[in-house]
Amino acid sequence: MSVNTTDRLGARAPSRADVRRRARGVSHARTGYLFVAPFMLVFLGLLVLPLAYAAYLSLFQERLIGGTVFAGLGNYTRALTDPRLLHGVGRVGLFFLIQVPIMLAIALFAALAIDSGLLRVAKGFRLGIFLPYAVPAVVATLMWGYLYGQDFGLFAQLADKLSLSPPKFLSSDWMLGSIANIVTWEFTGYNMIILYAALRAVPHDLYEAAAVDGAGAIRTAWSIKIPALRPALLVCLIFSVIGSFQLFSEPQLMQRLAPSVIDGGYTPNLYGYTLAFTGQEVNYAATVSFLLGAVIVVVSYAVLFVTTRRSRS
Amino acid sequence: MFRFQRTSLRRRVALAAALVLSGSLALAACGGGGDSSGGQPAAAKTVSQADIDKAMSTPTDLTFWTWVPNIQKEVDLFQKKYPAIKVKVVNAGQGGPQYTKLRTALKAKAGFPDAVQIEFQYIPTFSLTKSLMDLRPYGAEALKDKFVGWTWQQVVGSNGEVWAVPQDSGPMGMLYRKDIFDKYGIAVPKTWDEFAAAARKLHAADPKLYLTNLAQSQAGVWFGLLWQAGVKPFENTGADSVKVDLNGAESKKVADYWSGLIKDGSVSTDADFNDQWYQALNRGKYATWITAAWGPVFLEGSAKATSGKWRAAPLPQWEAGKNVSGNWGGSTTAVVQGTKNPIAAAKLAEFINTDPESTKMFATQQFLFPVTKSLLADTSFVDRPLPFYGGQTVNKLFAGISDTVDTKFQWPPFLDQAYSDWGETVGKSFANKSDTSTALDQWQDRTTKYAKNQGFKVEQ
Repeated sequence: MSVNTTDRLGARAPSRADVRRRARGVSHARTGYLFVAPFMLVFLGLLVLPLAYAAYLSLFQERLIGGTVFAGLGNYTRALTDPRLLHGVGRVGLFFLIQVPIMLAIALFAALAIDSGLLRVAKGFRLGIFLPYAVPAVVATLMWGYLYGQDFGLFAQLADKLSLSPPKFLSSDWMLGSIANIVTWEFTGYNMIILYAALRAVPHDLYEAAAVDGAGAIRTAWSIKIPALRPALLVCLIFSVIGSFQLFSEPQLMQRLAPSVIDGGYTPNLYGYTLAFTGQEVNYAATVSFLLGAVIVVVSYAVLFVTTRRSRS
Repeated sequence: MFRFQRTSLRRRVALAAALVLSGSLALAACGGGGDSSGGQPAAAKTVSQADIDKAMSTPTDLTFWTWVPNIQKEVDLFQKKYPAIKVKVVNAGQGGPQYTKLRTALKAKAGFPDAVQIEFQYIPTFSLTKSLMDLRPYGAEALKDKFVGWTWQQVVGSNGEVWAVPQDSGPMGMLYRKDIFDKYGIAVPKTWDEFAAAARKLHAADPKLYLTNLAQSQAGVWFGLLWQAGVKPFENTGADSVKVDLNGAESKKVADYWSGLIKDGSVSTDADFNDQWYQALNRGKYATWITAAWGPVFLEGSAKATSGKWRAAPLPQWEAGKNVSGNWGGSTTAVVQGTKNPIAAAKLAEFINTDPESTKMFATQQFLFPVTKSLLADTSFVDRPLPFYGGQTVNKLFAGISDTVDTKFQWPPFLDQAYSDWGETVGKSFANKSDTSTALDQWQDRTTKYAKNQGFKVEQ
């Protein structure tokens, strides 16, 4: 503060500076709120209020005959014992356990490959992997749906040429895997970019030190790069939890191709949609959405808890 | 560094969770209200001709939701007759998506149209929620004799209300590939027994061919087949009661018939109206398409590669010598309850669907299958040969079929649910080649449960 100033300045400065600082403090606070206001307005208006309203709705039951009645937690008890909802949650849980590790492993491998500097066309490779993310999920699903076609899809035609019987991508046994493949195709690039950006932030002296110690490319990747990626991987993992449990567009579009495989309760989000827009059960749909949100919060925290505990020990 | 990231991450998780929950945002947006706008304005009081004349000469803006392509042409005719009325045509989506938007707008009590296109099968669903206006006060009862009997029955409510004016229909028939029939020596089946024999014969001769495809996704066809078989799956027996009979003996007869053909593989069950299905039609995987009167023109546009190879015939019959059919599809124009311009909207619905010039335009430009008696007798319409069908006068055939549709068939007041439940029980049994008769019981169960849950008294 005044340590470096002259006595003369020091004698005059405190009172003025104090006043100014105090004044600035107040106006700072005001300006701060002003800056946050647009966000807060949108946040309250479009997020908190609808959430509260949905919570309110979930406590009622509106019937086609007899109107709206207060249901208390009736919708919640119905949801917790609703086999269709439970199956849906189980299905996306399984999806998460299988699809996410595969996707993150590919993304990690691609990020390390690009970062290694051993690829000649690193930029083209990076763009190529990232490109599917730029394709809207709807378009991607339609495209893959066409490729999967049982009679005239690309794979079926190839199999036909080789006189093999084509895999039944759209059958109930294969469907979850077929959807997992689409999602992996779409989001590997996105995760790769996050991981790659994190790799670029690793200080170069670590690599030099490793090189001096005689570490090769693989050893460096294993002992320096992957540990350094832990926080970024965690980000990817959490986003994937949310993405998996909210699975909606892909199954919803595949429904047209295999309506008897993907029913209205295939994933929890699809179930909520079906309830609201097919059965007019808006209140129960709100309940299902709320419970799904709760499931995601719990799973996300579980993931955080497990990973941070392991990093500490 | 790590600590910082953890907290920010946690915040992100919380935010993300909030985002998840806000999925209910969309639901919240359409969950409002819940009051039922007090019912009809003291039943059916006829509006005087003076009031009508006044309304039709007062400058008025109407909004009309419809997905009929180029309907502006017919609307222009209306505006030429009533220059004071300006109609804004909005395509709010085809079928399902439009109904969803309509419901949302009705709940929000804002942004709903004055007049709207509604398919026959959805009329009870929307009249139950008091979303449609009774058109009797605007002289709609006088229109009755202009329309084919069964189409009019479809728009009349249980207390005689007229909920809409018919626009087009889909009496069912069978389109078949003459070349395939000839090649395998198959005669056009007159009964369902002959049809089954032909199906087995064709599939045995070439395992890549199917006599027909009964789509696992198409509840509409199933209802049409029930309709033909004389089944009454739903009856609206009162304001708060409904009769649900989805697994009666007659239904089971139809189910067992198709289940047999599906189980031995002689009939395919691919979902329809997707790429795969269009390809199959073009490449000749199916030798017939059991469809409706709008099917011939639709097929012409969708299976260009097969021009000249198709012919049309009536549906095979359950009893030899009989001649009955069902209906699949078709639309009406209805007036939305709550409109500020009921007279103008009602007259719009009346004009475009009864004016000779307008109805003829629907039939010849948009290829809607007519519902007015005069047009179905009009030789310039029925005697037109269609080259796609080897010059057959297909319209004449379907005009004849239209007279054989049972008038008593009714739709439930919760059609979306009934369709959706069908797909997850009966449709699923097609796909899995499991027992369709058992699936009918599940369908009955689920739909009954839903109806009871919604407060209906359910008779079985």
